[in-house]
Amino acid sequence: MAIRVSEDKCNGCGLCVKSCPQAAITVDKGHAIIDVDLCSYCGSCVSACRFKAIAIEIEKQAQEDLGQYKGVWVYGEQFRGEIAPVVKELIGVGRQLADDRGCELSVVILGNNLDAAAADLAAYPVDKVLLYEAPELASYDGERYSRVLADIVRSGKPEIMLAGATTQGRSFMSQVAIKAYTGLTADCTGLSIGKDDGLLYQTRPAYGGNVMATILCPYTRPQMATVRHKVFPMSPKRLDGKTAEIVRLDVKPKLMTSRSEILDFIDLCESTVNIVDADIIVSGGRGIGDPANFAMIEELAKALGGAVGASRAAVDAGWIPYCHQVGQTGKTVCPKLYIACGISGAVQHQAGMSSSDIIIAINKDPDAPIFQIANFGFVGDCLEIVPMLTKRIKALRGVAV
Amino acid sequence: MKIAVCIKQVPATTEVKFDPETNTLVREGVDSQINPFDLYALEEAVRTKERLQADGEESSVTVVCMGPPQAQDALREAVALGADETILLSDRAFGGADTWATSYTLGLGLKKIEPDIVFCGMQAIDGDTGQVGPGIATHIDYAQATYVAKIESLDKKKITVKRLVENGYEVCSVKLPIVITVVKEINEPRTPSLRGKMNAKKAQITTWGAADLEAPVEKLGLSGSPTQVAKVFSPPHREGGEKSEGEPDELAEKLFGLLKELEIV
Repeated sequence: MAIRVSEDKCNGCGLCVKSCPQAAITVDKGHAIIDVDLCSYCGSCVSACRFKAIAIEIEKQAQEDLGQYKGVWVYGEQFRGEIAPVVKELIGVGRQLADDRGCELSVVILGNNLDAAAADLAAYPVDKVLLYEAPELASYDGERYSRVLADIVRSGKPEIMLAGATTQGRSFMSQVAIKAYTGLTADCTGLSIGKDDGLLYQTRPAYGGNVMATILCPYTRPQMATVRHKVFPMSPKRLDGKTAEIVRLDVKPKLMTSRSEILDFIDLCESTVNIVDADIIVSGGRGIGDPANFAMIEELAKALGGAVGASRAAVDAGWIPYCHQVGQTGKTVCPKLYIACGISGAVQHQAGMSSSDIIIAINKDPDAPIFQIANFGFVGDCLEIVPMLTKRIKALRGVAV
Repeated sequence: MKIAVCIKQVPATTEVKFDPETNTLVREGVDSQINPFDLYALEEAVRTKERLQADGEESSVTVVCMGPPQAQDALREAVALGADETILLSDRAFGGADTWATSYTLGLGLKKIEPDIVFCGMQAIDGDTGQVGPGIATHIDYAQATYVAKIESLDKKKITVKRLVENGYEVCSVKLPIVITVVKEINEPRTPSLRGKMNAKKAQITTWGAADLEAPVEKLGLSGSPTQVAKVFSPPHREGGEKSEGEPDELAEKLFGLLKELEIV
């Protein structure tokens, strides 16, 4: 591996110097010089150079015939037999990728007693539902699940493997990718097939959403990606009434050992909690002023059928549990509508919500940074506006106020 | 009990901006720091050590960091916060590593240390992948628990942890040795003590390169990385829209009208 600057093409303009997150480039005597001790080979300078003067060269080739890998697989994450909503989104984008590659789309589900889940998935535009059932797989266990999936990936040889960027998907796809010695791109927000090379172009945010990067996995298969919730639309069911073939995979008992044992599960099943799957999020920040006022946020969220989010300030003050936190050290969400109440909108908060479709901000401070990214800003006290709004919505819906 | 922590030195990412006019990253004046999630991992490691020592058991915390020579600063800070030993994995050959090669290299370093527990942050704020912790566990064949919000109990053979997952908390008991990744909820990191700061100044930082790890070069850095960055670019720019001012009831009414217009209500 090497990074080289072409002396002929480089004119010492310094664009690469600015682009380098590692401060590894200097310009001396009209040429860029890269300090390879500092360079992380991130490719920022290659993209930044307008003269195509910088190139990263990798002496690497595929170790095996990649042509034997065919098909797009979607991991059908389930919880107690319910298919996670993100799976239907993956089927939508997976179908497109499979059609572009001219190959089959399959969904793989692991668990136990999954007949209903398999039948549910078979009604979507997939070619096959691959079903792997064993009592030991009834609840998610990273060790067993990754061993099983790595095994069926090795024998099934898919070209592309997608999973939701859930806590489960992000942990265990990494294990599968290590076992399969292949690349995994986390939290993708864009996926497409390259017209010339047929590779999967995986686009994802980095640096807290300040930068986008497109990642390739050229020499190993499958090309694996976890995909963020709510980025792709849910696939509709098949219109022709046909159903996909359900293929039951052979269980290998030797894969079922584990060092981990689940003792208990504490449900937080209130609908206002699961912010990553919500279409509408109403969030409260320091401007809420008091923990008791979160009830007001919750009321509005309930009236809109949404979930409750919070800024770090509100969580750190102990007003609301951490699982509601949106932002760099909390969750990243992209709902259809995000209503920020009394949130100033520090960049750390924006990192977790700036890709929402529509942002509405209510804040007393007309200079709050949140207004710089909100589609609709309301300068006023959310403690006054929110209850009035909730009352109006309830009245419209005929709910007793 | 031997405890290890993996930390990463990251730029203060919220200050890294993309300039769409010049198509470049603007990082002027951006400082480096320990990845915030790793501070929770370090704190939990130090607390675990202190609890064990209070029970009369021997315990130490070794912090491992892969990075360029200046990542020493992050390790010194870790000493100030309670780390006993620090190891910097630094070699030209490690450069350009993706999560596969990073977890492989960290795994090689950890194998030399043979810890009973490895703590990591749930993800780094620059890459945001959350893949390195589980990757390390897989490379060195340790058990693992991700997104840990609380350690319920610990003995010589196993640990019981509470994990934060989508629909709630999962409590599980896992055999040692283990890799644990932590969420912010797990603790409140301490600030360095004066004594810690003095220790940090004197600290000897061990550096291991590719030869020390007896690592095959083709599995390190960019060469060992299955993924490659094809392009870096600016995210779609978001502009603030219309800002309304007025009496609260007017604003509430206007907002209600807007939600109707958006077909939300």
